Amino acid sequence: MTHPSDTGPAPVLALKDVAKSFGAVRALRGVSLELFPGEVHALAGENGAGKSTLIKTLAGVHRPDAGRVLLDGEPVVFHGPGDARDAGIAVIYQEPTLFPDLSIAENIFMGRRPRRALGRIDHKATRAATVALMKRLGVDLDPDRPARGLSIADQQIVEIAKALSFDARVLIMDEPTAALTGSEVARLFGVVRTLREQGAAVLFISHRLEEIFEICGRVTTLRDGAWIASEPVDGMTEDDLVRRMVGRDLDELYPKQDVTPGEVALSVRRLTREGVFTDVSFEVRRGEIVGLAGLVGAGRTEVARAVFGIDRWDAGEVVVDGRPLTNGAPSTAMTAGLALVPEDRRAQGLVMDMSIERNIGLTGLRTTVKAGLMDRGAERSRALDWAVRLQVKYARIADTVNTLSGGNQQKVVLAKWLATGPKVLIVDEPTRGIDVGTKAEVHRLLSELAADGVAVLMISSDLPEILGMADRVLVMHEGRLTAEIARTEATEESVMAAATGRAAA
Amino acid sequence: MTVTTPEQAPVAEAPRGGGARLVDRVFKMRELAILAVFLVMIAVTQAGNSEFLSEQGVKDLLLNGTILVLVATGQSLVVITRNVDLSVGSTLGISAFAAGTYLHGGGDPVIAIVLAVLLGVGFGLLNGLLVSLGQVPALVVTLGTLYIIRGVDSIWVGSRQITAADLPGSFVDFGSGGVSAVPWLALIALVVLVATAYYLKHYGSGRELYALGSNPEAARLAGIPVRKRILAAYTFCGGLAGLAGAMYLARFGNVDSSTGNGYELTVVSAVVVGGVVFTGGSGSVYGAALGALLLTSINSVLPALGVSSVWGLAINGVLLLLAIAVDRIVAVRVASALKRKSAAARTAAAQTPVQAAQSSARTTVRKGDAHDA
Repeated sequence: MTHPSDTGPAPVLALKDVAKSFGAVRALRGVSLELFPGEVHALAGENGAGKSTLIKTLAGVHRPDAGRVLLDGEPVVFHGPGDARDAGIAVIYQEPTLFPDLSIAENIFMGRRPRRALGRIDHKATRAATVALMKRLGVDLDPDRPARGLSIADQQIVEIAKALSFDARVLIMDEPTAALTGSEVARLFGVVRTLREQGAAVLFISHRLEEIFEICGRVTTLRDGAWIASEPVDGMTEDDLVRRMVGRDLDELYPKQDVTPGEVALSVRRLTREGVFTDVSFEVRRGEIVGLAGLVGAGRTEVARAVFGIDRWDAGEVVVDGRPLTNGAPSTAMTAGLALVPEDRRAQGLVMDMSIERNIGLTGLRTTVKAGLMDRGAERSRALDWAVRLQVKYARIADTVNTLSGGNQQKVVLAKWLATGPKVLIVDEPTRGIDVGTKAEVHRLLSELAADGVAVLMISSDLPEILGMADRVLVMHEGRLTAEIARTEATEESVMAAATGRAAA
Repeated sequence: MTVTTPEQAPVAEAPRGGGARLVDRVFKMRELAILAVFLVMIAVTQAGNSEFLSEQGVKDLLLNGTILVLVATGQSLVVITRNVDLSVGSTLGISAFAAGTYLHGGGDPVIAIVLAVLLGVGFGLLNGLLVSLGQVPALVVTLGTLYIIRGVDSIWVGSRQITAADLPGSFVDFGSGGVSAVPWLALIALVVLVATAYYLKHYGSGRELYALGSNPEAARLAGIPVRKRILAAYTFCGGLAGLAGAMYLARFGNVDSSTGNGYELTVVSAVVVGGVVFTGGSGSVYGAALGALLLTSINSVLPALGVSSVWGLAINGVLLLLAIAVDRIVAVRVASALKRKSAAARTAAAQTPVQAAQSSARTTVRKGDAHDA
């Protein structure tokens, strides 16, 4: 572990009292951060704490509303990602940002390829440099192959190679290990240590706390967009860190009621969609919250979509309350009592330009009808009823949903589906990107629904959420169900092991 | 988390270019396929009508193709960036009339051509600015400029027209002359085509057009000046539409306010038939040029075979749908092949270090055998 000498060199990159808002949402308020050469610095915080905004500010994607970015102690203004890159700042984003049609070599060197005479690209040199990078990373990827169809882990490796390809002084990594296996993580850490020894500053973000303790020297914590602390990792415990991130006791955030599960409400048998997921079987009982964990791209969302009938399945069957569902028919799934709260609320869950009442009313278009016409009064009272029960914070029920905060938007999506009186509720990433307070409310709501006898299937990448809320945890890895873990047995380690395929191998 | 440091698995000699060769082959095949269709069509026609490939016949084929090839080349650049320019027909029409008017007034042919190009560049700039700054879909923006330019053209031209008699003889000769069967116009189009293809392959800004069509968000994060590149693509496209206008004038000698009406759809068809993917990021100008040649040749082939030319449009449509269907099928096949490949590689890599070390040697053997992934 390293300790940056406070008396040593000036921070290579720093933020000073930076604030950034998006509309009414204050993503960062008065955040400061110093990155010293030769240190690996962790950035900790819950989803929605402002980590991504901070990174994008350092990367030149966002410009701060207030405060300054300092490069070698001098204030700079990055007019775009190109400026930041030219200053030696490399960023590996959480979602890989590759060009599917271009080769791996081109992806790595996009924007700064080796040139030869007359400014032409030196294709040979580009290729050779890519081969060298792949060797350095110890992977076996063909430089000429297009990025289309690469697995998430391989895409991540290309991103890392991209960052290494110019000798970055500052390397920012947003959850680089999320999709990697144990040996790949070890290899990545080897590279990070080498970079650190060469004097680079590394900003490291991971939801795996043990990784922060393994490789980082200092940690800065954010909560709800505000700076909480910057301190050495040595001497801290995981509990200390979690307390700083969450700002309250975990019990409060995960108000899970104990329920005795009833009869089987949803039964998924040997469901297969070719090339996406294979042989997935599980049951969800009334009153139960079943967590579906796994890495991004493991096929969890795809299973939910197939169960609900958005995508067709190739084999297997889905049974709700003893009745099999028709393949690929969301309307029959809804009639059978299934509800799906999708992962991306802006794109799939809401019509952003429509009012709150209309959005909630969308699932009732067939029931709130009088003489063939929409009964606007019934629609409004139904919407009001649910908006109040879920404590949606809004000015007027006729306001468009894009005026609401993320957490309140999520409540509208929930209201929309709860208004159908579902027997089985599938929620996909129910609290992604919403603030801690609303998160606790959503959790309480899910818990109450389960207590009322609803069967809940909760897909989440947020491990503490899975561990805190689920009666049972199902884990998927590369399209297969690899583990079923009881609440008492479920730990971060056991779930992650199954999610990365380590337990199965 | 305790991670056992893995023994560095001896990296087996990379299975050289399996995926790349596959994809390369597909793209080459795509262009070769159009070429093959084209050649078969010509051969069949020649067999049915021995007059078809006379010197004049070849010349006519090339002359008919030239103008569409030029405009399709420009359009390809725009389509590669995941945009489209529907105003090329209007631009061609107004540039042709402007050049004609200038020549009618006793102007110099070279300056007339430059004038047409500059006019096209101007409209291209306008389109590029509207699309890149307006954040409005290109389809709608350029549909708007299509009508605006056509409207201005109609108001300006009225019922006037330029005929060959209004043009200097040297200009008309240039339009129909050439080196034996190869017209000057075709040579110019060929030079433009080769230069554009070379630029796209060997210059950073050319590759960036593909990048930003392939994934606009990633392009922004990679620091590619997205707006500048889109602006450049539109400007180039407009310039070529202007040049095509001057050539139209030289070739037909007859221009009025409806010249180039509806041409944009032929151009887009040619580009798509030629394998430039409408959602951006992929395709080549050679493919687009072949598509253009194929579409225009059909119009010569049908009369030569004694088939009524009314069938031409329907055949164009069938070709277009066929091209899209083939692209779709090929894309799905390639994607699943690549996925299986990397899944196979990954299964090998994800094993414990010792196994990985053993199996990485096996990977080369197993690359064809992807189903066990």
